[in-house]
Amino acid sequence: MRELLSKYGLIALLLVMPVVFGINDLVTEGNLTRLANNLVAGLSNGSIWALIALGYTLVYGIIELINFAHGDLFMIGSFTSFAFWTAIGLGLTTGTAGVIFGLLATLVVAMLACASINVLIERVGYRPLRNAPKLAPLITAVGFSFILQNVGLLWLGGSPHGVPDLIHSQKAVFEIFGVTVHRGDLLAVLATIPLVLMLTTFVAQTRFGRAMRATAQDPEAARLMGINVDTTISLTFLLGGLMAGAAGLIYALYQTTVWYFQGFTAGLIAFTAAVMGGIGNLWGAVLGGLIIGCIQQITDNRIGAEWTPAIVFAYLVLIMVFRPRGLLGEETREAG
Amino acid sequence: MSRSGVRQAIAPLETRVVREHGNLILAAVLLFAAAILPFFYPQSSGFIDDCVTALAYVVMALGLNVVVGFAGLLDLGYVAFYAIGAYSIGWFGSSFFDKVNGAKGIHIGVSGVSANLPGFHLNFLLILVVAGILCAAAGALIGIPTLRLRGDYIAIVTLAFGEIIHVLAVNGDSLEIGGYHLTQGRQGITPIDRVDLPFTEPFTSLNLRPWFWTALALVAVVLFVNFRLRDSRLGRAWIALREDEVAAASMGVPLVRTKLLAYATGAAFGGMSGAFLASYQNTVNADQFEFAFSIFVLAMVILGGLGSIWGVVFGAIALSFINTNLIPDVLTPRAQDIFGQGFDLSELSFGIFGFLLVIMMVLRPQGLLPERRREVELTEGGVASDEALFEVQA
Repeated sequence: MRELLSKYGLIALLLVMPVVFGINDLVTEGNLTRLANNLVAGLSNGSIWALIALGYTLVYGIIELINFAHGDLFMIGSFTSFAFWTAIGLGLTTGTAGVIFGLLATLVVAMLACASINVLIERVGYRPLRNAPKLAPLITAVGFSFILQNVGLLWLGGSPHGVPDLIHSQKAVFEIFGVTVHRGDLLAVLATIPLVLMLTTFVAQTRFGRAMRATAQDPEAARLMGINVDTTISLTFLLGGLMAGAAGLIYALYQTTVWYFQGFTAGLIAFTAAVMGGIGNLWGAVLGGLIIGCIQQITDNRIGAEWTPAIVFAYLVLIMVFRPRGLLGEETREAG
Repeated sequence: MSRSGVRQAIAPLETRVVREHGNLILAAVLLFAAAILPFFYPQSSGFIDDCVTALAYVVMALGLNVVVGFAGLLDLGYVAFYAIGAYSIGWFGSSFFDKVNGAKGIHIGVSGVSANLPGFHLNFLLILVVAGILCAAAGALIGIPTLRLRGDYIAIVTLAFGEIIHVLAVNGDSLEIGGYHLTQGRQGITPIDRVDLPFTEPFTSLNLRPWFWTALALVAVVLFVNFRLRDSRLGRAWIALREDEVAAASMGVPLVRTKLLAYATGAAFGGMSGAFLASYQNTVNADQFEFAFSIFVLAMVILGGLGSIWGVVFGAIALSFINTNLIPDVLTPRAQDIFGQGFDLSELSFGIFGFLLVIMMVLRPQGLLPERRREVELTEGGVASDEALFEVQA
């Protein structure tokens, strides 16, 4: 019984909401259009969570630290994007070509900005605590999270800040069987796929990626094999930061509002995604992100957005109970 | 002067009496000094107001210290117990359930104005018991899913519970159970019964001295319980658990019971303090129960020194005064001179706490007044860094 629960419990749990609301739709409306619309919005929103979740999972995989500041780093990514595209003069009147090139430049800037901040945080806050008890770097991470939040608060003030809808994210691109796909959805998914592929290829195929995996397995042995462990860890934070920066830009374009507090919730949602997929597992983080995105959209649409955090966190607790290693993860010491 | 120098200098003072009853003597002196403090200030002075808040925070920090400091279970959702404690007085010490007993209300041991109001009105001491029991149960409940987990995962599950409670508190005004809402959300339940002890008049906001003494009495009780627990069989089991879970289990420490007791004890203190604070502030508002508050209390514990009782007391008083006095009253006017009138430094107080946490962890991870055992752990640990080695040699 216990084995059965641990094997299929989480999967069954994840299916509860779509199935219940799907049956509900079939009974009341006779079709599944509403659910399908939820799922489309969920997948696009989920790609943003996936990008953030990758940062959590990379860092956790290598130094077993929940990088609490990561969500707020993503927020800084949004703010940087907004500031940069305003600075280079992108606005609603800019032509299509201008917007495309401008946004590509913004993407690079946001990614680099977040990557440098992340590497800096690691250097200042986490590296000196490499051999301290595990509580210490976690608390530092919480501290950095507050610092970044307050940077955001000083930067754009305490209330949500609207940004120009450069890509007209709510404009429908096409429609199949009554399911509308908006520009924002397309952008989120299309920008995420190459980034994820590049990251996974980098980790799986390159020399640096191999160094990362070796360090994740056993830092001491990796050091003996001539791997510079500190550089490798910095590189991991760099990659996580790059993804967070990209997620920040996509979020700003997709939601057209940025807020200093967006990172806190996003960070927790993305962390839940990483845990759901199996922390330390890159594809797991992506899968978890997409699933959480769908759960979140369904709750937003059916139960009410104000309850979404509670539902997502309830899932987090239930994952911990039923299957701490996540969907694709392996047994770990932490979650055995 | 080096540390061993200090030890030598105070050696003659360290008689047997001091060694064995040092904490008792220190506690008696400090509590006595604190008890006569209000006589030097006006009855409703701002300083006494800050002190009452600080003392309530001491109770919370000491509670969290049991979970994080003694048992080593990082709890990032401590605000949940503040919330549950505050709602226990919100439910059973106000006119919230205004239709019970035919709108006449149920009154147990209350006098003054509240004795004629509708709703439940229990005596404050009874509410303390209720808050303690509710929170201990909630603490154990939160503990159960973390039993299989270690380290950071515990932190995340507790954080998730804290946030769930926060969301419930905020949206509770749209939940209806048996004709009543669960909470009043951001509007807040108000007014709350003032503390009403036997043989005294109900407290008022005009005279803060009774509030101060009540808070001080709570601190005294919690301090006593903390010291006794630490030196008890259970306390030793917590510390063993903190240091090495596997070793503790193989020595026969029952993991489940020990962990759950740590959560329950810590939670009960948080709940009592929450009930007191709600009565003192005269409102139970969902906005008070944000994640940042959990970190605020955790910062007190860390600033003082994880596991060190006196350190935690000091950390709580220090951070509380930084929050209620230093930042709004002292630093904000200075900052406004520099950045202009619109600048409100207290908005940034959590940034300042964050900075404090980082600095503290990097420079002095053991806290300002560390517990001796943990200090040794941190400085002489097996794989200590180079810096730690120097410190040991010096």
